[in-house]
Amino acid sequence: MPNLEHPAYPAADLLRLESLVPCRESQVSMLLSIFGERQHFSFPSIFIYGHTSSGKTYVMQTLLSTLQLPHVFVNCVEYFTSRLLLEEILIKLQSCSGTEQTSPVRCDSLNDFVRLFKQAVASQELQDQTLYIVLDRAEQLREMEANILPAFLRLQELTDTNVTVVLLSEIVWELFRPNTGCFEPFTIYFPDYSIGHLQKILTQNHPPEYSADFYAAYINILLGVFYMVCRDLKELRHLAALNFAKYCEPVVRGEANERDTRKLWKNIEPHLKKAMQTFLLIAAYLASYNPVRTDKRFFLKHHGKIRKTNFMKKHEKTSNHLLGPKPFPLDRLLAILYSIVDERVAPTANIFSQITSLVTLQLLSMVGQNDQLDGPRYKCTVSLDFIRAVAR
Amino acid sequence: MRPLSRPSSARAAASLREPRMQPMKPSAMSKRKVKDSSAESAESISQMQKILRERFCHHCAAGKLAGMEQQYRHLLELLKRTTVHGESNSALLIGPRGSGKTTLLNHVLKDLREMKEVRENLLEVHLNGLLQTNDKVALKEITRQLQLENVVGDKVFGSFAENLAFLLEALRKGNRTSSCPILFVLDEFDLFVHHKNQTLLYNLFDISQSAQTPVTVIGLTCRQDILELLEKRVKSRFSHRQIYLMNSFNFTQYMKIFKKELSLPDEFPDETFAQKWNNNAQHLSEDKTVQDVLRKLFQHSKELRSLHSLLMLAVSAVTVHHPLLTAADLQEASRQHSSDSKANIVHGLSVLEICLIIAMKHLNEVYDGEPFNFQMVYNEFQKFIQRKAHSMYNFEKPVVMKAFEHLLQLELVQPLERPAARAQREYLLMKLLLDSSQIMDALQVYPNCPTDVKQWAASSLSWL
Repeated sequence: MPNLEHPAYPAADLLRLESLVPCRESQVSMLLSIFGERQHFSFPSIFIYGHTSSGKTYVMQTLLSTLQLPHVFVNCVEYFTSRLLLEEILIKLQSCSGTEQTSPVRCDSLNDFVRLFKQAVASQELQDQTLYIVLDRAEQLREMEANILPAFLRLQELTDTNVTVVLLSEIVWELFRPNTGCFEPFTIYFPDYSIGHLQKILTQNHPPEYSADFYAAYINILLGVFYMVCRDLKELRHLAALNFAKYCEPVVRGEANERDTRKLWKNIEPHLKKAMQTFLLIAAYLASYNPVRTDKRFFLKHHGKIRKTNFMKKHEKTSNHLLGPKPFPLDRLLAILYSIVDERVAPTANIFSQITSLVTLQLLSMVGQNDQLDGPRYKCTVSLDFIRAVAR
Repeated sequence: MRPLSRPSSARAAASLREPRMQPMKPSAMSKRKVKDSSAESAESISQMQKILRERFCHHCAAGKLAGMEQQYRHLLELLKRTTVHGESNSALLIGPRGSGKTTLLNHVLKDLREMKEVRENLLEVHLNGLLQTNDKVALKEITRQLQLENVVGDKVFGSFAENLAFLLEALRKGNRTSSCPILFVLDEFDLFVHHKNQTLLYNLFDISQSAQTPVTVIGLTCRQDILELLEKRVKSRFSHRQIYLMNSFNFTQYMKIFKKELSLPDEFPDETFAQKWNNNAQHLSEDKTVQDVLRKLFQHSKELRSLHSLLMLAVSAVTVHHPLLTAADLQEASRQHSSDSKANIVHGLSVLEICLIIAMKHLNEVYDGEPFNFQMVYNEFQKFIQRKAHSMYNFEKPVVMKAFEHLLQLELVQPLERPAARAQREYLLMKLLLDSSQIMDALQVYPNCPTDVKQWAASSLSWL
């Protein structure tokens, strides 16, 4: 028994649509009833929000193309300036009516856009059907000129045509609203998939060599582990594909050994080159996070006592680890390095070039201008965990 | 025999559970009769949808406007004086967003054009602050709408005033012996105020005071402090005539407006259907549940646009199988209308992300709303993991970082300043855009929330 029903659209199309959008029947049903019949007016603007991979883009595209409603689909991140966006809409509008040739479009401002849009719609065989303009990643509209978003929300009124603008975003509407207000769109929430929904959708695309039940059991285990951290459908799909091979290993035979040894040898070479850089990095980390006064205590063989002053007691609470790295001069880095590395290391050009390459790799960052009189100052930009891992 | 299909949406399902509102006229229609007359009623329903959708979405002026009679008369009188008697004037239509300024003006213009004396006589120029973002564009648009592009050709003018004077002169030299009155409508009037020197406004108001051609300038704006934004020389040329649309009706009048907006006009082709529909509308306006729903909306925002939006949503549920609007439809529409979007987004977060939000909540409580960074949030989370968590796995830092970045992407957490290119993300100061009560409410409805996480949220952190 089909769930989706509407007098204006043929039942066969609706049945096909339903099979393409599992677990989204109620959202599609709502959209269908809002759209109404082809020639009826609908809300001038609709705002659909929900988490990534909740199906907003997919459902809209599937719905509009399956029912063959005239539409234009543009991604606001791809066409990130107002001019690019407006021109793209006009270009896509040309191809909406099926003409092969698309003449170049020149659209400088919103004023031109409205005029050209009215011309384009009038010249097309839309027969009073509602035209849908879908803007994906609509949060990008906030970065464009201030009149773009309010104008799109009331495009129906500005152009006096039967058009509905649909905005898709994962950011809530409250963060879009301009200061002096605007035409409020109709907001629809695409809820996150429940664990049952995810199970159903993920088990749909099981590899043909294995049975559906075998795969369903695997998905069950996968969701049990990953659902706490990740509810994003795309990522779960990726994780499922990634780990399936490991899951199948007891079923399939093990790999040969020869290939492994050659791989090992290939790996060792770059590791040797990295050894010196590792020492430099650890030295930089220590320089950033230890206050200068403790250098003498930690790095010299003979050190004196450090008396705690009142000043130090007050600031003890804020641990350096929480606030971030502090800059240090080059000399300090070299001094610490010499104390860590046992043998005598001369300040060759090699050391300095390695420091520069660490900066390029963004493991160290340069602080201050290039022409400082005291010499260059650096800051360590990696975390304690990274250092621990590297030091092993 | 075609079986009656299952209703398609939650709304229709909800209406089946509630007792169906029977229309006043007892129509003893058996199932067989419904099938026979379904063809005609499908056509009528389609017609009804067309009319009501145009009314609610496209704001086509329908019949007499509700709640704006006095303003209507004022505006009509003003425009009549321009068109029939040749008087120049200026006025501002002021009212909050959605209060009906554009609808009122369109309504007045429609009635005006139907008057014999006006029909051939009035020239209209419609400008919008969103589209004409500077005076040069505005002038080009005026030229285009007055259809004087050929006359102007490639001429270069010294100033705006010269150009405008030329246009007016050109209109006069047309095949009309006397000058034709021109109406300038400036929508989003407050945006024109930000143009350089307010040249356009100055010149328009100037000619409305001094020119021989009868010119009326009507501005529409949502800003009530619009007069303070005008420059002194512009303000002095303005007639200071202001028409306010303040939605000053009370709830009883609001209910009357509801009934009127829902009713079908007399010219509706299917009289029986229209009769049934209008009787139903009357019945609904007397129904207690409907009144509660409308009272809730009325207290939130009086603007008619919100009412139209609610009615549009309710009416879209009407189909051949569900031919009359019910109280349940309106309730469902109201529920849809007033859902909390941030709560919805929190509902879809992973458990790890919820834990981070709780950690931030605790930081806000302890440090009195001081901004925090990721490292502090991670520390707080670690405390929970080490001491109280049984169900949560101790995730590695990059995993936690990724969850935090997702919250940033959703703009539930916002950095205090734009991050510099080389700054480390973990140490950027941030603030949380959810308050304590929102978080606690969201946790109540969060699916599969582990108990220790819930307890951590509620605890007052005496174990620091």
